Amino acid sequence: MTHFIDRRLNPKGRSTPNRRRFIGRIKAHVREAVDASVRKRGITDMEAGTDVAVPRDSLSEPSFRHASKGGTREGVLPGNREFQAGDEIPRPQQGGGGAGRKGAPDGEGEDDFVFALSRDEFLDIFFEDLELPDMIKRSLAGSSVARPRRAGLSVTGAPANLNVGRTMRRAMGRRIALRRPSDAKLEELRERLFALEAVFEPDAAQRAEIMRLQAEIEALTAHRKRVPYLDPLDLRYSHFEPQPEPRAQAVMFCLMDVSASMGAREKDLAKRFFVLLHLFLTRRYETVDLVFIRHTHLASEVDEQTFFYSRESGGTMVSTALAEMNRVQSERYPASEWNIYAAQASDGDNYQGDSRDCQIWLESELLKICQHFAYVEIIGEAEARILRDAARGTELWMAYREVAERWPNFAMRRVAGPADIYPVFRDLFARRTEAAHG
Amino acid sequence: MADLLFDGPDWNFDTLRRTTEAIEQIAREDLGLDVYPNQIEIISTEQMLDAYSATGMPLMYRHWSFGKQFIHHERLYSKGVQGLAYEIVINSDPCICYCLEENTMPMQALVIAHAAFGHNHFFKSNHLFRQWTDPRGILDYLDYARNFLGRCEERHGPGRVERTLDAAHALMSASVFRHRRPAQPSLRAEAERAERRIEEDERAAHYLWSRLERERRPHDHENAAAERRRMLGLPEENLIYFLERHSPVLEPWQRQVLRIVRNLAQYFYPQRQTQVMNEGCACFVHFHILNKLHEQGRIGDGAMLEILHSHSSVLFQPGYDHPGYGGINPYALGFAMMRDVQRICEAPEPEDREWFPSIAGCGDWRGVLKDAWANFRDESFIQQFLSPKVMRDLRLFALRDAEAEDTLKVTAIHDEAGYRALRDTLARGYDLSNRSPDIEVIDADLAGDRVLRLRHVLRNEVPLDPREREATLACLRELWGYEVEIDEMTG
Repeated sequence: MTHFIDRRLNPKGRSTPNRRRFIGRIKAHVREAVDASVRKRGITDMEAGTDVAVPRDSLSEPSFRHASKGGTREGVLPGNREFQAGDEIPRPQQGGGGAGRKGAPDGEGEDDFVFALSRDEFLDIFFEDLELPDMIKRSLAGSSVARPRRAGLSVTGAPANLNVGRTMRRAMGRRIALRRPSDAKLEELRERLFALEAVFEPDAAQRAEIMRLQAEIEALTAHRKRVPYLDPLDLRYSHFEPQPEPRAQAVMFCLMDVSASMGAREKDLAKRFFVLLHLFLTRRYETVDLVFIRHTHLASEVDEQTFFYSRESGGTMVSTALAEMNRVQSERYPASEWNIYAAQASDGDNYQGDSRDCQIWLESELLKICQHFAYVEIIGEAEARILRDAARGTELWMAYREVAERWPNFAMRRVAGPADIYPVFRDLFARRTEAAHG
Repeated sequence: MADLLFDGPDWNFDTLRRTTEAIEQIAREDLGLDVYPNQIEIISTEQMLDAYSATGMPLMYRHWSFGKQFIHHERLYSKGVQGLAYEIVINSDPCICYCLEENTMPMQALVIAHAAFGHNHFFKSNHLFRQWTDPRGILDYLDYARNFLGRCEERHGPGRVERTLDAAHALMSASVFRHRRPAQPSLRAEAERAERRIEEDERAAHYLWSRLERERRPHDHENAAAERRRMLGLPEENLIYFLERHSPVLEPWQRQVLRIVRNLAQYFYPQRQTQVMNEGCACFVHFHILNKLHEQGRIGDGAMLEILHSHSSVLFQPGYDHPGYGGINPYALGFAMMRDVQRICEAPEPEDREWFPSIAGCGDWRGVLKDAWANFRDESFIQQFLSPKVMRDLRLFALRDAEAEDTLKVTAIHDEAGYRALRDTLARGYDLSNRSPDIEVIDADLAGDRVLRLRHVLRNEVPLDPREREATLACLRELWGYEVEIDEMTG
């Protein structure tokens, strides 16, 4: 009568479509939360999920229901100790008479609906702004770079991996060794038998032959049963072993102008730029070191916190940052052991005449050892409309343009919004995907 | 006979089967329960959360609000604020009962006795469920609903389907037939009927007489309005039913979506009316069966202690001033009342003879309880069976909160003078027509301004929540396509 079913092994994630619909519904809030954590978080822990708080109003499911106040209501409560009929009790502050709503233990307000965004959902939304091509989203979001490699054969495996050639070869060897009667032999005997059986009133010799044939066919059939055409013993599966792609170590230099002209918006864009390069590098290299170099008219190596959040005053000399990078690199990151990447963000201001020095630093030292050097000039949205022509710009821009023409590993771009960032790295990603396919 | 069904906390399908057989034997032979065949499914915690979020149903159409539920429960669970239910049981035939894999064997025994026999019997025998739900077809219907909505999303876009569903969900609680279950003709039957009606009209039309201009009488206008309302079947308490049939703007697929939501609302309506009885019945059954098994020596003392521990924590009724108080616990009230019925039948006091002359001392508590389970709902059950002893044990008191008065007033307590008033008040509190607002469609002039008029009859001057009302009216407008007004009327 009773039926038991074990559902534990049923596929998981049955509620994923509902969850996706839910996130779609509160897209604006999710995006806000992602933006906030892009600003708050360090570059290296950008990938973890994040908590999203959504005001309950935007998720309300309305219905006609009674207000909590007004009118006359009467209810029954348990646990009377001292009341008598007719007693009057002052109205409690909260109304109702029960305990008020308790605050959530971690201080989240009752009014917010909080939930955690998973890593994939987070990256999805982060990439959405950057307008990455799908191919690259996939390769960045994919957490494992291990590739399955052929590693011989095995006797167990998934049916999809069955190695038909090997299996049949073994089966044939076994059939020959154990002298499995062939189809043709059996067929021949059967035909002979049928022919004899068709004979009307067979004589004694024919009858004896029929008997002999029948016995022989029986014996052969039994033999064939004992030695099957395909035996589980024959099965061979192609075996694959995940082999990590060779990865080495890389260092990423983040260079940024922190003079007063770089405001919160500029720094936010710069951060997204650094994050994208970092994500790319962590996919490709086992370890990625980060070096933060900020500069005004002086450059210094700082930690990430100081890099993004402290303010400096002073003039602007970009070449100091390049010199500092060169010093750090030659002291700690020899080019023979490290893949060197650099990302520089600035608003394009520079001390007059210094741009020439920058050009020299880049061409004589840095670009020779860098895998890739990306430069973004962060401009206002109003400026973006004026500075549409790449051939015009500040002195620094002009100097860098000359460098870009001569060095393929140097990329530069004006950036007014998050969507402009990706093209800076286009070469980098293009080369990677080609390599992956080639 | 007196061998243990299981030993220790671990379970496997063998012990489950053996225990279920033993439980079933007592359920059928001792209690005489009548149950649907059981389908007991073992699920993991994540699957339990899944089931939670889709109102407990094994298949449900897709909607963001279920995702919200899931995320909400998952968060509470992972923080340890809230434990998971040990089981979920579905009113279907066969009766599906989900048991959590993490339950220990004694817990599984408790859960199976509770859900697979207690709730199951209640679903099968209670008149509300028999009359209003279709347990044999519900799973197929849900499957159909899910596929239908999936196809709608493909064809009309997820956004439109979502908007229709949102609006329909808002009206769900005001979209049940409370008093009658109208015939559910298929679309084809309805079309045929309409065709026949037109034929009849044509046959009855008299071309000479119908061409004559009739003299206008002063009451014609009112008569026409009354006729119009009659044609629309007004007043109508089921908002979605009315929209589904008469909304001027909905497309056929939207009407079908409304119908699905309305059918589900109706399916859950008996459960909302029988919380106390349903849980009381299940608790009574598991308590009786497991005690019997313990008496027979088939459940060990340790296991029994664990069972009693969870039994008493589920049935805990905190007092009104306890920090954990959240209203009257339906498990506690239902169980206490049913145990008391048993006591009254077996060993009545003089007081019980006065209150319950027909059952006191009759000895046949099984028959009395089964009759109650079959023929009552919470409100009438309390009205009939709440005894003074239960009121005293729970120390119930009635409290009136009138807006006009500055203080709350205790109107009755558990004493001779207050028993009846207390019982009436408690029963009223479980009357759904009292708890949910009384809203009806009263008029819609499809040939005129097309304003949909609703009427809310205020009970005890309790108003609607103004913000919710506006938001819900917006949903109604979406489905009706034109202006919607709601009047408040003191009833």
